[in-house]
Amino acid sequence: MELTNLDKSILNGFQRDFPLCSQPYAEIADRLGVDEADVIAALARLRELGVVSRLGAVVRPHRMGWSTLAAIAVPPERLEEVAALVSSYPEVNHNYARDHQVNLWFVVAACDEESVAKVLHQIAERSGLEVLDLPLEEAFCLDLGFRLKW
Amino acid sequence: MVGQDTDRRLLEAIEDGLPLVSRPYGVLGKALGIGENEVRARLARLQADGTISRFGVVVRHHELGYRANCMVVWDIPDERVDEAGRRLAALPFVTLCYRRPRRPPTWPYNLFCMIHGRDRGEVETQVADAAQACGLTDVPRAQLFSTRRFKQRGASYREAG
Repeated sequence: MELTNLDKSILNGFQRDFPLCSQPYAEIADRLGVDEADVIAALARLRELGVVSRLGAVVRPHRMGWSTLAAIAVPPERLEEVAALVSSYPEVNHNYARDHQVNLWFVVAACDEESVAKVLHQIAERSGLEVLDLPLEEAFCLDLGFRLKW
Repeated sequence: MVGQDTDRRLLEAIEDGLPLVSRPYGVLGKALGIGENEVRARLARLQADGTISRFGVVVRHHELGYRANCMVVWDIPDERVDEAGRRLAALPFVTLCYRRPRRPPTWPYNLFCMIHGRDRGEVETQVADAAQACGLTDVPRAQLFSTRRFKQRGASYREAG
């Protein structure tokens, strides 16, 4: 995948403090010396390529609803099956296998704590496995974006 | 906590992403029955009060060549965890740093941080550097590299059903 200089400037320059003026893409275009249509086309392409997942707001944990990090030690031969079960819940937004005995890690988010607990309980019941509930207790740094090196 | 009001509806409306049209805030406003200026003002306030920790392009590291995604976990004595958390969070390659509960006996670790690198070796060096820089070489830790990604998208706090 070839990224243009415009792509790179957008990716590194606008992970935070996205312009809130009436025509934000025109504002970005102005700053980068291109046309509004170029910025919109570049963002559409980056999204299509999967490099950009979305343009939007990262909400501070527990401000808008409830979320938790959950984990299961899944017997290796059941990993596919249990991962599919976990991913099938719309409340699950990240679901990764990791190289540890506790090998399936996922984030559950919903409108309140009770709804999150219900999902964890159902996953435990349907898989027959213990689900670790590891909610955030203190954030030392929040998601402020990431300085990409090319 | 954001209530069941316009702020919540606005945050829900942008969960799928800001529309790629010339006046995206106007489009959002139309769907919510408020004006473009009100959308902009609300987004500015939600950032100022910390409800939105960042507003902008959300990238996927893996697609950009950051193939090694590691969750580093530490079992730090309670009286040292605040200082350790602050010091780890200040390192440029640490993207998230959270304290979470231990769940003995299965899970003894109470501090979690995320490190993204181009490959495993780069991340392993960074973890060793982090332990050195933050005085944590004596603390039990584990590195959990991701091996498969089954699902990745933004969180949704919409009510079910």
